[in-house]
Amino acid sequence: MAQIRPDIDHLLRRAGFGSSALDVDIFKDMSVARAVQYLVDYETHPDDVDERIGRPDHAQVSSKDNFAPDIDIEDARQRWIFRMIHSRRPLQEKMTLFWHNHFATAYSKLNADSGNIQGAKLLAHKPGTLRGPQGQIELFRQHALGNFRNLLIEVAKDPAMVIWLDGKTNTKAKPQENFGREIMELFTVGVGYYTEPDVYAAARVFTGWNLRGSDNYRQDEYGDLNAYQEFVYNADQHETSEKTFSFPIYSNGSHTIPARSESAGYQDGIDLINALATHPETGRRFARKFWSFFISDVHPPDPAFIEGVAGVYRQSGTEMRPVVSYILNSSWFNDPAYRFVRYSSPVEYVIRSIREVGWQNFSVDKARSPLAAMGQQLYEPPNVAGWPPGAAWISTGQFLARANFAATLAASQKEFLGASFSSDGSSPQALLAAMLERMTPAPFDPGPQQALMGYLGGAGSWIGSGEQLDTRAAGLARLLVGSAEYQLV
Amino acid sequence: MDVSRRIFIRNGVATLTVGVAAPSFLTAIAEAQGIRTRNLVVVYLGGGNDSLNTVVPYRDGAYYSRRPSIAIPAGQVLQVGTDAAGNALGLHPRLGGLLNIFNDGRLAIVQRTGYQNSSRSHFEAGDIWGTANPQSTTGPGWLGRYLDTLPRPLDALAAWNTTAETPRALISPTSGVPAIPNATTYSYASPNRGTAALQERSAAQIMASNPASGRPHLAFVNSAALGAIETLDRVALATAYTPTLVYPNNGFGQALRTVAGAMVRGIGTRVFWLSTGGYDTHSGQGAGGGGAYANLMGTLGDGLGAFYGDIRNQGLLGDTTLIVFSEFSRRISENGSGGTDHGAAGVMMVMGGGVRGGLHGTSPVLTPGHPTLENNSGDVHYETDFRSVYARLLDGWLGVSSVSILGGDFRAGAPAIF
Repeated sequence: MAQIRPDIDHLLRRAGFGSSALDVDIFKDMSVARAVQYLVDYETHPDDVDERIGRPDHAQVSSKDNFAPDIDIEDARQRWIFRMIHSRRPLQEKMTLFWHNHFATAYSKLNADSGNIQGAKLLAHKPGTLRGPQGQIELFRQHALGNFRNLLIEVAKDPAMVIWLDGKTNTKAKPQENFGREIMELFTVGVGYYTEPDVYAAARVFTGWNLRGSDNYRQDEYGDLNAYQEFVYNADQHETSEKTFSFPIYSNGSHTIPARSESAGYQDGIDLINALATHPETGRRFARKFWSFFISDVHPPDPAFIEGVAGVYRQSGTEMRPVVSYILNSSWFNDPAYRFVRYSSPVEYVIRSIREVGWQNFSVDKARSPLAAMGQQLYEPPNVAGWPPGAAWISTGQFLARANFAATLAASQKEFLGASFSSDGSSPQALLAAMLERMTPAPFDPGPQQALMGYLGGAGSWIGSGEQLDTRAAGLARLLVGSAEYQLV
Repeated sequence: MDVSRRIFIRNGVATLTVGVAAPSFLTAIAEAQGIRTRNLVVVYLGGGNDSLNTVVPYRDGAYYSRRPSIAIPAGQVLQVGTDAAGNALGLHPRLGGLLNIFNDGRLAIVQRTGYQNSSRSHFEAGDIWGTANPQSTTGPGWLGRYLDTLPRPLDALAAWNTTAETPRALISPTSGVPAIPNATTYSYASPNRGTAALQERSAAQIMASNPASGRPHLAFVNSAALGAIETLDRVALATAYTPTLVYPNNGFGQALRTVAGAMVRGIGTRVFWLSTGGYDTHSGQGAGGGGAYANLMGTLGDGLGAFYGDIRNQGLLGDTTLIVFSEFSRRISENGSGGTDHGAAGVMMVMGGGVRGGLHGTSPVLTPGHPTLENNSGDVHYETDFRSVYARLLDGWLGVSSVSILGGDFRAGAPAIF
């Protein structure tokens, strides 16, 4: 039902969150190249997903009276899960998740700084009804496949980031190193391509990059919902002396940002961001991250891939859309040997399983706690480096949390699964075949296949009754979605 | 082997435990390895612990001048005497739980531990402490290499990681370690009940036993799946433990309670890994011995104090060694945010019935220019290589050759903690 074609299924698992029944008509006759274009040029499809929250034939959100995803972090998590299930622009949501991990910012610190409401607003505010700048996730959605240099400037000024990496206390008397370090270590070039003195210089570069509250802003959760914080350059807190780095800052090869007046000092940060965004190692670092994000956790990055991606990044002037197009059209991505060689992240796993098993009467709220148990609570990355990719997702406790989510999902879909397979219920073999047609796990070896048949055989004589189908279809969905094979994408 | 069957219903999902009769809870393997084996409990303080506010050089004037807002007032510290260099030291006021252990002579404080060219990156430094090799941040960890020396087949609970992810130190190509972040939810759920649920669990176990030859990544996931299914029932036994005293009701305290439960129930685990976070105190550490850092110290000291008392009451102190470490310490001078940035050498602590307590090594002198400092006197320079502490633990406690596990001889200059 949801399987379309192996090459398209692979593309939708990697560049989206798997295929739902609704995707069949869209993609079944497309070439891979055409499907890549469909995903990458996502602006040609409506951005109507938020309007569909609460509509029939969609997953539900929690039944609280006031669903408030702009100011309540639990509701913000639900909105994001809903978007990933139902967006007509899956790659935009996938890249938003990538940026959330790249610029990993955790609600807990924002909450401690600014309170519940402002903390949620800093991350998830979608401009419309309330005043104030867009939340960090909306920024990532806006720039999902945009220009990285521009995104990095916006992130450096993003109020959530300014709080997260202590920019608020970065003053000329006491430069604060946190953002200065991470913009090099984690956001751009990576360890080995900057020095400790570079960290101190970068801290001085960003002195004065700060926030101001709106007139009605108070630092507590009972404040005006329309209150907000926004970026401000505090010229009198900028450290004006020159800053020298171990790498070139300017195209003439100069390593030194010149001494500037306080009023002109904002340009220091722009100059450093330009240098870091266009540094040759930044493109390579993205290439390595994208290797894991799109290609493989099993194979070491192919040097030709790294240089290819870095080359596109450089030639395009740090544009991400050509980079991701290149990757999805590449021979690596489309080599069948690279299918099912990534460990899905918990979010990838949960969204894909909902899209494949079903969402009828299922509230996405039921996915929040399981995601935390699997190790990936949205808006709460473990630290500034984000969630570690690949094999680190797989441990006994986290695996158990995945398999137990499969049980929760299967239990919620019990009667729908039974009904949808009523015409395939003539025999256990027919039921298993139909279920495997609906899901897209990695291939099962004979041993696990026999175990699945053995499970259906445990029902005793097969009569295909409604009750028998409900029970065994749900149990089978639990076994398939909770299998090791299904964790691979 | 299922003697009794219990099925709990939670949120419409059946949670199923295959109970087993009391005397048979030890697997044959764990039995063969002996239940009264020595164990090692590793506590990682995530984020880079500010050791100068953990063990305070309260008579060093530079400590107060360089930390005008975050220094612990001398009158508040819990005095632990002077070290070999004559530096007077005191524990953070919220470490009362540790002071008792220190006074019992069962807490060794190893000052200025670290390594040359200390990494200031959390992730690189964390991996270095894991691999025990400052030149390498990848590959197996030092405890993983220890587990590799244990007899095969290795019991699935030979090591027990209470965090969600496997830390570098426990990574091994041949010894998988279960991650059990929340022992109370470590159970098997099914959409069905009764026979169908039991048959489903049985099928899941067969599926996870598939060797998946030719697909090592699938075999890896299967090993996690099988590890979960095979450890469920013994973990439930540890979780059901009733301690002899009350543990703090926080994640760290409850994880320690589960560790004590596993030890008392004789699960056979050799290495436990725990973590408590929040130590990346770039801002708002707190003034006057209070605030955010004091809360961290309270969590640490109260938790370890409860654990020590409980295992002592259970007569297991002699079987237990616990170490505390962090990936680096913090800068000596406070920053403009009332916090401290990433530094270098810090403090390790070792606790247990066989430990020679006291102050090991010497405190830094914080006056700029002093040879105990580095990085233009911004940070503390190491005195004891952290690998020599590992070497003592391996040779003197776990009874294996530190030279082969650490890939070098770090026994010279090791503190006499055993």
